[in-house]
Amino acid sequence: MIKAKVRVKNFKIDGICVTGQSNQTILEVARDNGIDIPTLCHLRGLSDVGSCRMCIVEIDGRHEPIPSCTAKIKEGMEVTTSSPKIKAAREMILSMMFSERYHTCSTCVVNGDCQLQSKSVELELSHSFTPYLNQRFEIDASHKNFVNDPNKCILCTRCIRVCDEIEGAHALDLFGRGLGTRVIHDMDEPWADSTSCTSCGKCVYVCPTGALYEKDISEEEIIKKREIVTELVKNRGQK
Amino acid sequence: MTYNTKNIFKSESRMSTVTDDRYSALEKAIKKLGYEKDSLLEVLHSAQGIFGYLGIDTLKFVAKRLKLPYSKVYGVATFYSNFRLKPKGRHNIVVCSGTACYIKGSEKILQKIEQRYGIKAGETTSDEALSLLTARCVGTCSIAPVIVFDEHIKANVSLENPLCGIEEDIK
Amino acid sequence: MITSIEELQELADKKKAQNATNPREITIDMTSDFYTKQKRIVLENEGIIDPEDIEDYIAHGGYMSLFKALDEMSPKDVIEELKTSGLRGRGGGGYPAGLKWESVSKVQSEQKYIICNGDEGDPGAFMDRAVMESDPHRVLEGMAIAGFACGADKGYIYIRAEYPVAVKRLTRAIKQATRLGILGANIAQSGFGFSIEIRLGAGAFVCGEGTALIASIEGGRGHPRQKPPHLSDHGLWGMPTILNNVETFANIAPIIKNGGEWFKSIGTENSSGTKVFALSGLIKNTGLVEVPMGTTLRELVYDIGGGVEDGRKFKAIQSGGPSGGCIPEHLLDLKVDYESLKEVDSIMGSGGLIVMDDSSNMVEIARFFMDFCANESCGKCTPCRVGTTQLTGLLDKFIAKEASHQDFDLLKKMCEVVKSTSLCGLGQTAPNPVLSTIKYFEDEYLAGIKND
Repeated sequence: MIKAKVRVKNFKIDGICVTGQSNQTILEVARDNGIDIPTLCHLRGLSDVGSCRMCIVEIDGRHEPIPSCTAKIKEGMEVTTSSPKIKAAREMILSMMFSERYHTCSTCVVNGDCQLQSKSVELELSHSFTPYLNQRFEIDASHKNFVNDPNKCILCTRCIRVCDEIEGAHALDLFGRGLGTRVIHDMDEPWADSTSCTSCGKCVYVCPTGALYEKDISEEEIIKKREIVTELVKNRGQK
Repeated sequence: MTYNTKNIFKSESRMSTVTDDRYSALEKAIKKLGYEKDSLLEVLHSAQGIFGYLGIDTLKFVAKRLKLPYSKVYGVATFYSNFRLKPKGRHNIVVCSGTACYIKGSEKILQKIEQRYGIKAGETTSDEALSLLTARCVGTCSIAPVIVFDEHIKANVSLENPLCGIEEDIK
Repeated sequence: MITSIEELQELADKKKAQNATNPREITIDMTSDFYTKQKRIVLENEGIIDPEDIEDYIAHGGYMSLFKALDEMSPKDVIEELKTSGLRGRGGGGYPAGLKWESVSKVQSEQKYIICNGDEGDPGAFMDRAVMESDPHRVLEGMAIAGFACGADKGYIYIRAEYPVAVKRLTRAIKQATRLGILGANIAQSGFGFSIEIRLGAGAFVCGEGTALIASIEGGRGHPRQKPPHLSDHGLWGMPTILNNVETFANIAPIIKNGGEWFKSIGTENSSGTKVFALSGLIKNTGLVEVPMGTTLRELVYDIGGGVEDGRKFKAIQSGGPSGGCIPEHLLDLKVDYESLKEVDSIMGSGGLIVMDDSSNMVEIARFFMDFCANESCGKCTPCRVGTTQLTGLLDKFIAKEASHQDFDLLKKMCEVVKSTSLCGLGQTAPNPVLSTIKYFEDEYLAGIKND
């Protein structure tokens, strides 16, 4: 088998010269070089959708910022990972996520292990300043092991992607569109009645918030093994 | 070919006796589209045309025939406004709420109709005589405000008496 | 079967003779101001030919451009002609069609696609509907020429489900053209083959966006995706794809027939040709108006539109649908083209023009469009999904005269973030009506602030 020669590209992130393989994204190269860019919908091992807009970066010559998880690197590009404009945008987007649904950390089972929470600590967001929408959704606790609480969901779609791409069951998809979009099983049936779900629990592992969680474990004991999927994909020899 | 809908969900490979002609019509439509997964939207349009709406059984039938996951088919059916998952009334009124109609007072027309029949847009009357819907633009802006009654476009609808000429037909 | 330009001409002559003995009745008054002030190129056949008869289209010169291109020109010649013409995408983006076709023609690929965007979701726009219903063959001819120029043998027309007549007429037109050998394999013995299929929309404005439209044709939810890669590299089923609007394709046959220079001579320096506008709202003469680029808004509103109805006072004209802005009275002498509209914080969009009078409340208009975007948001990205609803709520506060100064600051800040961080054009342009009305009608917003 003849292996295609992988080309490398040199470019700058925040003034620092970095090198990456030609098919890598800005985010991958940044992380490989210890440059942190906040993310939420990204999980190494799953496909990238660029939907949370947290990882936006500015590129010299482009008027508007673009997500670094989907942008492929180009020779000589100059990337800025943070600026007052980007910081303000990230704060507002996080604020929107909190005000979109019903997030109360003090009574949430993943309090302390939540990526939405840790993102706001990272960005020093003290409170949500966008108008609260006060939506309330029904919780699905039918499954014997897991709970689906749409009130904590930020629609990152990691659960849908892991079920489709890694487990291969595609038990989850989205219902509706716009603000009322929900993650559903099969034809919006109770989780326990799903004929596609294999109960592998990967969706629960990758969920960044308390939208999907394991039953009968207290707040102190919950540990979301999000990296387990990244490990799995790496050990299989992909990505 | 005819279908016993119960057997379809028990075993994929065996299709036996007929009980519902509509499923044969749907099968024909799916076959015409080559059983392609990509033709899902066309199949759903056909199914809605045959059954009048997309019930769960119909959606599961489509998923099985196209070999698509249930959640994917459901996700597509609920994304698009044109697909109805509940049966519609014998008659339907679509109040256009596009920009030109809005400027000419379509909100008032909608309110009057909602009050008259006691339903909100997106609902059907309890006797199933009428379904009321809104559309974001039906493309007849020069004769705004417009309502569509059973596929017929009514132009320059009166704000005071929007049901003039059609009320007697709604039963 | 028509296999040569001579056979096509023969059929045209035969039908012309038939038509002469049995002329079609024209029921509209073509001598009225409404029509004489227009320059109809895209709409030249509207009302004149029978849209359900391919021979009538041929009798009026139809398919001559396609056969001319296949007979006398190379794909490169066609693209050069298009570049010379300066035709810009009529769907709203205004990207030069010649450059788009050229970039796809250069990509090496076994399969390429031509897609016609007939989703026309802008409320207040019905130009594409008119072309598809009254002159369907014009669209097919444009697409076939595109296929020849770029190396594609397959085309799709994506039509919104709310246009059943357009679907019917285009389906019939494709059948008729295929029967005559004008579509299908080996057209005019040239070796070039092109076939077209229709795909239906199902009621989602977001599917007017290129990547969402493609997701829809591929049988999925209409979610857009991040660009790059652009459609010219990675489009339908991953293949290089041309996606153009109905009106853009309708301009192709006349350009090939009369030459790129002819097209360039009409309109302005940066926007050549004509544009079909859908004039509606509180104006005397509503309808489709095709004028050369560079016509002023005043001419459109007063000379052709007949002025504001009921003797009321003109207040503003909204262009570009939910992505556009409102233009006030003091800018009525603006010469309409892509760049001039951008300079006044609006856009050409698909061509919808809504006239408002002094009874219209500009904050309510802005809210109308924001609410529309909120309902049509696909939900994929946070700023659009959440921001559009929150902005609608904020605008409601202004309408109820219960807003505060902080609300006004927040309104402006949120508009900026939604505009710069949304994933696709729907979210990126949703704040435009708000920003435009704040610029020109700020007093109406200030009137919505509660006095402490």
